[in-house]
Amino acid sequence: MGKGSVPVSESQTEEVQRRLAEVRPRLLAFARLQLGDQAQAEDLVQESLVAAWEGLDRFTGSAQLETWVFGILKHKLIDEIRHRSREQTTGFDPDDMPEVDGLFNPRAHWLPAARPKAWSEPEQACMQDGFWQVFDFCVLHLPESTARVFSMRELMGLETSEICDALAISEQNCWVILHRARLKLRACLENGWFSKEDNNAVL
Amino acid sequence: MQSCKRATELMSQQLDRELSASEKMSLRMHLFMCRHCRKCNTQFKVLHDLASARSRDGKDGER
Repeated sequence: MGKGSVPVSESQTEEVQRRLAEVRPRLLAFARLQLGDQAQAEDLVQESLVAAWEGLDRFTGSAQLETWVFGILKHKLIDEIRHRSREQTTGFDPDDMPEVDGLFNPRAHWLPAARPKAWSEPEQACMQDGFWQVFDFCVLHLPESTARVFSMRELMGLETSEICDALAISEQNCWVILHRARLKLRACLENGWFSKEDNNAVL
Repeated sequence: MQSCKRATELMSQQLDRELSASEKMSLRMHLFMCRHCRKCNTQFKVLHDLASARSRDGKDGER
């Protein structure tokens, strides 16, 4: 197990294995989204899980396990995207976008039901158990091409110029997709997480 | 007054590119008058920060 510098008990080992197994389906969904290739996605996820396992002595606390292994996968995906040529990019449909007109009235102002509500303690969210499950659910429930652009921009930190290049779309197109993704994700996280407690709202 | 939908477009784009001076001004004016969009603007930024917190730098984990 890794460098062996930290003694890890049997029960801790089992706990980490359990949590890695739990996060694996979501890692796989992200990898498949970016690569469009099941076998290659499985390989990259497997490599990431092994790397996380071998670096086990370097993270503390199970709340960080998800971000640790996700970070490893992220770098592998970025390498792969940069390594690929445009011709290898398949299955991207720039028109595969969520509709957002339902959020606004005919004068393009917020409909009452769609108005953003106050969020409680948003900066604490990522430290809490279960938050990333909800977050990933919301991202992965966007239309596939939208989820792909959003992940490249926000989760992998690529600039829009690089995304446009990789997917052969215009920057204008990229901005439209990101705008709709953010509106949908905002609403999804509000429903799925931030409306849990209505008290102590800070935003 | 600029529509809320247009304001949300600018809020989103300011996370991806530098807005022009007039875009910045019209967004600021709109946010001054619209509390719903003020919330939305803050939450887009929260979303942006949360997304980057989704991963820690994994480079070290590879060796």
